[in-house]
Amino acid sequence: MSNSDLLQIDNLACIRDDRVLFEHLNLSLAAGQMLLVEGGNGSGKTSLLRILTGLKLADEGEVLWQGKAIDQLAADYTEQVSYVGHHDGVKRELSCLENLRLVQAMGKPSGVELDEALDRVSLYRYGDTLVSNLSAGQKRRLALSRLIVTESLVWILDEPFTSLDKKSMAGFELMFEQHLAEQGIIVMTSHHDIGMVNADIQRLDLSQ
Amino acid sequence: MFLWFHKLGSPPHFYRIAGNWLPWLGTIFLLLLVAGLYGGPILAPPDYQQGESYRIIFIHVPSAWMSLFIYIVMAGCGVVILVWRMKIAEIVLISSAPIGASFTFLALATGSLWGKPMWGIWWVWDARLTSELILLFLYLGVIGLHGAIEDKRVATRAVAILAIVGMVNIPIIHYSVEWWNSLHQGPTVTKFDKPSIHWSMLIPLLLMALAFQVYYLLALFQSCRTELLQRERNSRWVEELIAK
Amino acid sequence: MNRLSLSQAFIYLLRRDLTLAFRNRAEFANPLLFFIMVITLFPLAIGAVPELLARIAPGIIWVAALLAAMLSLESIFRSDFDDGSLDQLLMSAHPMPLLVLAKVCAHWLVTGFPLLIISPILAEMLGMPQQAQGVLFLTILIATPILSLVGSIGVALTVGLPKGGIILSILVLPLYVPVLIFAASAIEAAAGGLDVSAQIYMLLAFLFLALSLSPVAAAAALKISMS
Repeated sequence: MSNSDLLQIDNLACIRDDRVLFEHLNLSLAAGQMLLVEGGNGSGKTSLLRILTGLKLADEGEVLWQGKAIDQLAADYTEQVSYVGHHDGVKRELSCLENLRLVQAMGKPSGVELDEALDRVSLYRYGDTLVSNLSAGQKRRLALSRLIVTESLVWILDEPFTSLDKKSMAGFELMFEQHLAEQGIIVMTSHHDIGMVNADIQRLDLSQ
Repeated sequence: MFLWFHKLGSPPHFYRIAGNWLPWLGTIFLLLLVAGLYGGPILAPPDYQQGESYRIIFIHVPSAWMSLFIYIVMAGCGVVILVWRMKIAEIVLISSAPIGASFTFLALATGSLWGKPMWGIWWVWDARLTSELILLFLYLGVIGLHGAIEDKRVATRAVAILAIVGMVNIPIIHYSVEWWNSLHQGPTVTKFDKPSIHWSMLIPLLLMALAFQVYYLLALFQSCRTELLQRERNSRWVEELIAK
Repeated sequence: MNRLSLSQAFIYLLRRDLTLAFRNRAEFANPLLFFIMVITLFPLAIGAVPELLARIAPGIIWVAALLAAMLSLESIFRSDFDDGSLDQLLMSAHPMPLLVLAKVCAHWLVTGFPLLIISPILAEMLGMPQQAQGVLFLTILIATPILSLVGSIGVALTVGLPKGGIILSILVLPLYVPVLIFAASAIEAAAGGLDVSAQIYMLLAFLFLALSLSPVAAAAALKISMS
């Protein structure tokens, strides 16, 4: 464990019903590193990610941010984290711009103009379209655009590339690489093949 | 002493200590029960206003006290669960709920039995009985919520909040119901303690209260041990216990 | 760039929820219709005897308000739970109790406030005397926010449960009893020309207690339910 380790997982365990999803998990991530969590369905990937966001309590062990337990840091930790889970986290009855305005209102705005953010995810023309009129891929891109409009060190992403085509995927992978280059941290699950060859990736396979 | 308390917080120790206490608790309970039942229903003089039928207060009043006491214990456990996350507190909370609900029901049933010879009807909307009825709903809410949530760790923490919220509301509900009752001058079943109570009635009453307390501990420990085994069934100490 | 201030975040969320309600108009009309229908059922059930109806009108209206409130509670967190917005709100750096308060305010404006407008009409239909109608209005104004605030704790505890609505009723009804007692009693007293300040003060006290404690309890309950 070196001093530049920002995120540490210490003896983490998660139990669902009677099954131990994972236990004795030890891991650390430094700035600029990415953690890729692999494993089949039901292996506990989503649970691990939710524990890392602070939304879920681990059954054993703890997660440390800069040496302090995230349970105790509470908002001091979560304000550094952006989470995109299975659900898109956007309201169907609002337009893309309205959704992004809310994302900025709830978090720390990054200074990027909303129109430009939409442009970067190829949704420029859909600013005033209601989310209910978007396709699944478009909704996912909107969900991921929260990473652009807010400023956060840690990105926790659960199957971010669902419903996306190869071109969009490549675009986002570039975005992720840049985030890592800027000393950010990414924790991600994906059952797609990741083409990020320049990145410093740790792999964790939960299916044992 | 503090060390002993701390040890109590650990599941295997609690299991063993609670088990050791059980036969003692059982004996004490029976002794107190016999003393109380003899002193009260049998020995104490008939009440000058209500004759013989008042004797049911020896069960009704201690039950009502217990129903409130147990809810306070549950709320206390709730605080311990949310602040310190002690597993034993979770077990005590969830095991106490059915016991508390039973005492509440007993208080309601005996209150109703008391009302019958006095007023000729099985139920009166007097302040105490109505408060007890609402308390019963609070208990059922706790039991129901715990049953409805699948992940039992989440369930006990949710129920901890419910118990605390309920506790804050109990004085409010009690006062509101008293006020409501005073508006309409309804019949009162439980006003026996208006004039100061004679010691020949007070002592059996206290004995019964004590007996019920011991019963609570008895039932609680039994129930906790079972719940503990159920929850920790995958842990080492339980496997060792079964192997013996 | 800097984060929004607390009051700005509050207003944002309040406006968001109001916008959502407005765009989902049909869904939010249901509790109001339910309220009207329940009140209409009583004359049908017990006979249209004017003196009787006038006597029990306060009780009928308040029980109907309670039931309508319980029916509408689920909408506070349901939609956010379903689409993942609740997770995002929980992770916001703004204090969760504040965000909950914003949502509850929006809920009251959408569900409690319409009751305020329609209650004089219904009171007239039940034959409630004039001097009592003013107090009816006042009690609905003060006490329906309490129903939303206290109810939000119950919803927070049951969000995401499959049969949440039934359990919600059991949880929340005992907590509503004091409100019911004082609100109905105030109107009845007013109908008899008596002083109602005691009841009104009690309701105000409940309101302030609920305003200060419920958001905290509901926020804690949400954190637990979502973990």
